[in-house]
Amino acid sequence: MRTITRVALVGLLAALIAAPAAAQTVKIGFITTLSGPQGIIGEHMKNSVELALDHLGRKVGGLDVEMIYGDDQVKPDVGKQLADEMLKKHKVHFVSGVIWSNVMLAVAPTVTSAGTFMIGTNAGPHELAGKMCHELFFTTSWQNDQTPEAMGKYMQDQNITDVYAMAPNYAAGKDMISGFKRYFKNKVVAEVYTQLGQQDYQAEISQIRAANPKAVFVFYPGGMGIQFLKQYAQAGLRGQIPLYSVYTVDEISLPAVKEAALGQWETRYWSPDLKNDANQKYVAEYRKKYGKMPVFYGAQSYDGIMLIDSAVRAVKGDLTNKKGMIAAMRKADYKSVRGPYKYNVNHFPIQNFYLLKAVQAPDGDFAMQIQRAVFENHKDAYSAECSMKW
Amino acid sequence: MTVTVALVLEQTLNGLQYGVMLFLMAAGLTLVFGIMNFVNLAHGSLYMVGAYLATAFAAWSGSFVLGAALALPATLLVGIVVEVVALRTLYERDHLDQVLATFGLILFFNELIAIIWGRAAIYTSLPPFLGGHIRVLPGVPYPAYRAGIILVGVAVAVLLWVLVTRTRLGMRIRAGASNRTMVSALGVNIRLLYTLVFGLGAALAGLAGAMAGPIYSVQPGMGEAILIQVFVVIVIGGIGSIRGAMVGAIVVGMADTLGRAFLKPMLATVISPPAADKAGPALASMLIYLLMAAVLFFRPEGLFPARGRS
Amino acid sequence: MAISRRTIVLGVAGLLLALVPPIAALTNQPFYVDLFRRMMIFAIAAVSLDLILGYGGMVSFGHAAYLGIGAYAVGIPAFHGIDNGFLQWSLAIVASALTALVMGAISLRTSGVYFIMITLAFAQMLYYLGISLETYGGDNGMRLAARSKFGGPIDLDQPMVFYYVVLAILVLFLVLGGRLVESRFGMVIRAAKSNEPRARAIGFSPFRYKLTAFVIAGGAGGLAGALLANQTEYLTPEFMHWTRSGEIMFMVILGGMGTLVGPVIGAVVLLLLEDVLSALTAHWQIILGPLLVLVVLFAKRGLFGLLLGAASRDG
Repeated sequence: MRTITRVALVGLLAALIAAPAAAQTVKIGFITTLSGPQGIIGEHMKNSVELALDHLGRKVGGLDVEMIYGDDQVKPDVGKQLADEMLKKHKVHFVSGVIWSNVMLAVAPTVTSAGTFMIGTNAGPHELAGKMCHELFFTTSWQNDQTPEAMGKYMQDQNITDVYAMAPNYAAGKDMISGFKRYFKNKVVAEVYTQLGQQDYQAEISQIRAANPKAVFVFYPGGMGIQFLKQYAQAGLRGQIPLYSVYTVDEISLPAVKEAALGQWETRYWSPDLKNDANQKYVAEYRKKYGKMPVFYGAQSYDGIMLIDSAVRAVKGDLTNKKGMIAAMRKADYKSVRGPYKYNVNHFPIQNFYLLKAVQAPDGDFAMQIQRAVFENHKDAYSAECSMKW
Repeated sequence: MTVTVALVLEQTLNGLQYGVMLFLMAAGLTLVFGIMNFVNLAHGSLYMVGAYLATAFAAWSGSFVLGAALALPATLLVGIVVEVVALRTLYERDHLDQVLATFGLILFFNELIAIIWGRAAIYTSLPPFLGGHIRVLPGVPYPAYRAGIILVGVAVAVLLWVLVTRTRLGMRIRAGASNRTMVSALGVNIRLLYTLVFGLGAALAGLAGAMAGPIYSVQPGMGEAILIQVFVVIVIGGIGSIRGAMVGAIVVGMADTLGRAFLKPMLATVISPPAADKAGPALASMLIYLLMAAVLFFRPEGLFPARGRS
Repeated sequence: MAISRRTIVLGVAGLLLALVPPIAALTNQPFYVDLFRRMMIFAIAAVSLDLILGYGGMVSFGHAAYLGIGAYAVGIPAFHGIDNGFLQWSLAIVASALTALVMGAISLRTSGVYFIMITLAFAQMLYYLGISLETYGGDNGMRLAARSKFGGPIDLDQPMVFYYVVLAILVLFLVLGGRLVESRFGMVIRAAKSNEPRARAIGFSPFRYKLTAFVIAGGAGGLAGALLANQTEYLTPEFMHWTRSGEIMFMVILGGMGTLVGPVIGAVVLLLLEDVLSALTAHWQIILGPLLVLVVLFAKRGLFGLLLGAASRDG
């Protein structure tokens, strides 16, 4: 009798302790690059996160929130150290962010193997979409190959042939061109890999002119893109040979190149002029608060916070209910700036990809404008390698 | 891809122009290094300052030439301030101290620029009067601006040579480099001299930055992108000599350009094309370092060292 | 025999480091074990650089190359299923030492800034080589399939065990290094640094001694690289970039060149500063930059020199 009473008392005590605690604080770690030349990207991401929190009334899922930002300095080992710090010292409930694939490959497994959610808001390496998919890893961006796949499809559909392809000589560059060729089956005249960080493309431009292709497809992120575009235009090739690209012309680089990018084609899953309520609010408020146009890195980060909010809301603030949050996230039941989308088995979005063109508005401003959709509800190419089923 | 004579000629011209661009950047560095035995890693930062100032002045005045012309004395001033405030005590120290201290300056300047202008690249454009093309070779419209760079570079080379070898200031500079104590005993203000030379080096860096602005990306950290190549140039050419800087710059410019253009097709004739596809770009990036190692192996002091120096 | 200040500083530092895991366990802050372990690994790299930089006067910007080689010596075998720690770490040391032999044989023919540039060039060449190794991730780098296995009680997956392994190696390096610089070999190196013609006049061939020191430092750097790979469980060619060499050099200078112990202090302080400052502001480099300048200008003997005060001997 005494044993049963004792057990009952312990059980009652346990139930009281385990009962939903008083208003907890959600802790979210956000790893991005804040210093150095690439710090501009991190700045956009952090701004968007802050804007999302403003829109949520500084509460995530109804709970108070504490954001811990980390600067990875574009180094995987620093990124991992930040993740360790966020997990062990700050005891965050979510780790989010990460721009670079190599940092993501160091951070994501660290976070998920510690039983914490990793909500990626940019890097989409194929390993995490395939063999290394994990139930605690979600992304609000894309799988790296999807964007060039869209361009490949568009150019294939347009019956363009004799394409000259160029990218910097590193993993992402090679991925972009292989993603492009997955859907572009016509003739690729040349595949040229240039040095990472190269400034002067005059030699390559001379080669292009000599080869006389029908179109040029490039991937030149950051400063490389600005340099290439300016020099391409200065060589007189802009009007002559149409230029198609991915991750080269965006709202960060456009103000630096302006007319040198006019008429250029890109593909992307999002653009500031995408018409839906959430996006129009995001773009308008971002411009008002920060004085510049938001870029896709920021849009993804904004969505990341909204995704987390939807999950916490779904489990009514019970952050220990990870299964519940996973189920909620899988529904993608929040107002994304790209419009409604679903998640693939590997927790990568199934989404539309659009053709964008750099145009000049009547007031003189340069912007990317959606022309049409290239892919509707496009899945990434690696989900078959993911063993998750739900 | 067919390699025609016209293409080879065009690439040679490109290599020449790239070399001249490198010379503009290297001239100031080799001057400061050769005359004052001072390794200035922050040379790249002065180049960046020149690019930003030229862009700002051009936007304010509406004229590219005026912008560049104003940027030169402005960068010179910045250089002098840096020299007086931070670098004076380093002339006596060894190269390692100079490398580390000026590396610290790089971090400082990058952040300063980021705080003032933001981290994103800023907009630059070609001056309209140099926006066209000239027909250097049949069927090859060569950007007029690039031809302008070649002219400016050659002019600077000539002016520098005249300054250093034919003027009293140049004589004092060379004397001060040879024997500082003696020259100051003879009544020359060595401190002022060194400050002037550093300022000159800064102005040259600023000029390079102003010229680079319209064609390269103007953003924080742009100096580091060229810094290594510039050091390779002056090491190959021989530290302290303008002639060495010019030769080294042309050599590096040519090797880099022709390597990028023709290494892959050349390799494809000896090894399989897929292997050449991989090896070509990798080798092309290593090329200037291999070149430097080779030069230093046979001539440990570069091709035209200014004077025997340990 | 009076205990020198140097020994006291050493002893206190060693004790403090040894106490980190228990304190971390007591205060329930396991993160600090990871943090200090990372610092010690860089300290090992810095100590190995100090051997040639502080004592030999060889300003090598290629030292980070050994970090990369050591890391890949662990990563590549692990990728193919070989995770025997003894094998991997021996490979790391040997491969780095051989690379140092080649690098040194060519670079040590030059001096001054030419030496700096050529070591930098070598580091860059290795970096570009690493980027082109597509099977092993190219510039994306690769995950470490599994940490090095040693069998028995040495299980690197246990944070504390790993911590004490690193600490033991650091102490070992300090002791061996200390013996080395005080030995006849060390005397020749230091003599060659201060006045090479005179050393030659006495009858030594500084080149061979310098090369040997270069190789030893290289092998030690390789071991640091193997440890770093295990620590991060991720490796990239960026470990070999010349800016990493610059960071390690900063640690040596900040801590105190030519003291062996100084670099340990330098590594700890620099990495702590980076961690703390970057959390405060995105513009932390505007603080770190001038700090570097000030250290070089005014605190030439580094923090260790400050600790020792006027009684310190020249390195």
